[in-house]
Amino acid sequence: MSILEHLSGKKSAKSAKERLQLVLIHDRTDLSPAALDALRDDLIATISRHIDIDPASMHIDIEREGRSQRLIADIPLRVIGSRRSG
Amino acid sequence: MTSKVITVTSGKGGVGKTTTVANLAAALAADGKKVVCIDGDIGLRNLDVIMGLENRIVYDVVDIVEGRCRTRQAMIRDKRLPDLFLIPAAQTRDKNAVSPSDMVRLCNELREEADWILIDSPAGIERGFRNSIAPADEILIVTNPEMSAVRDADRVIGLLEAEEKPAPSLIINRMNPDMVKRGDMLSVEDVYDLLRINVIGIVPEDENVIIASNRGTPLALDGKGRAGQAFRNIAHRLNGEEVPFMDLEARSIWERLTKLTRGR
Repeated sequence: MSILEHLSGKKSAKSAKERLQLVLIHDRTDLSPAALDALRDDLIATISRHIDIDPASMHIDIEREGRSQRLIADIPLRVIGSRRSG
Repeated sequence: MTSKVITVTSGKGGVGKTTTVANLAAALAADGKKVVCIDGDIGLRNLDVIMGLENRIVYDVVDIVEGRCRTRQAMIRDKRLPDLFLIPAAQTRDKNAVSPSDMVRLCNELREEADWILIDSPAGIERGFRNSIAPADEILIVTNPEMSAVRDADRVIGLLEAEEKPAPSLIINRMNPDMVKRGDMLSVEDVYDLLRINVIGIVPEDENVIIASNRGTPLALDGKGRAGQAFRNIAHRLNGEEVPFMDLEARSIWERLTKLTRGR
């Protein structure tokens, strides 16, 4: 348990569960956090060639559903009007 | 009844596979069924000492496979239960002495006479594990409510899925309700939420497990003791009976869990 968690009073079982959730996703998909970041950058570059998006507000994550995982990308599009007025 | 081959495996070592096999076998045999246990851990046999049969070994599973004895000659009858048998692992041979198809052949022969064939898989995901899962009709994964045991269980479940083996069931061993209560141990619900396979047993931490292994008498045969009761319950569930989970101080959690697993 880190000092931060100790001060916040977080129980060790909760840390264990949170850590395991991440570890299991990476074990099951063979996708490291670094690989996920690289995927995110590639996605931004590809999509930006076609439509105008705001990279800062894009979210990409892996969600668990039973024993399967799905890649969820939430990509807000820039409103065309805002670009014209800007 | 048609016979069933049940393999007990875990990924991680030391979580209670051998204890589970010895106790399920004793509980099933005490119900009058003919049970044959096979120790799948060639080179590191242990089921013989847990069952208290270590002094009776003449032949082992490698002797059967290599034709040095008939299958019957390597089956050691239990001291107390006349319908319980052990086929021990070889201690001085390497794990490659037996192949998955050898195990399938041996189990097919045993199916002729036994109601239950229980295989104690070694830890890890190598040859001994492959041998142990090859003939399985049903697979039980033993885990503890602890980081590395849950992670390794997940890895094994993934391998079984990839090999299109029967969907495994989970035994969560060494639950400590007091530690769960104070938030310092993963709960049954947590482990189920992480692994998402059917939970067939919850076994509390119990010092009687060590006492029973010291004596070489399975605790499932003893009327007292919570772990023994938990193993008897699992044996009944294997027989298709509906047995409620034991109350380990958090009944509402068990009830929600049974709903979850039944709802699949």
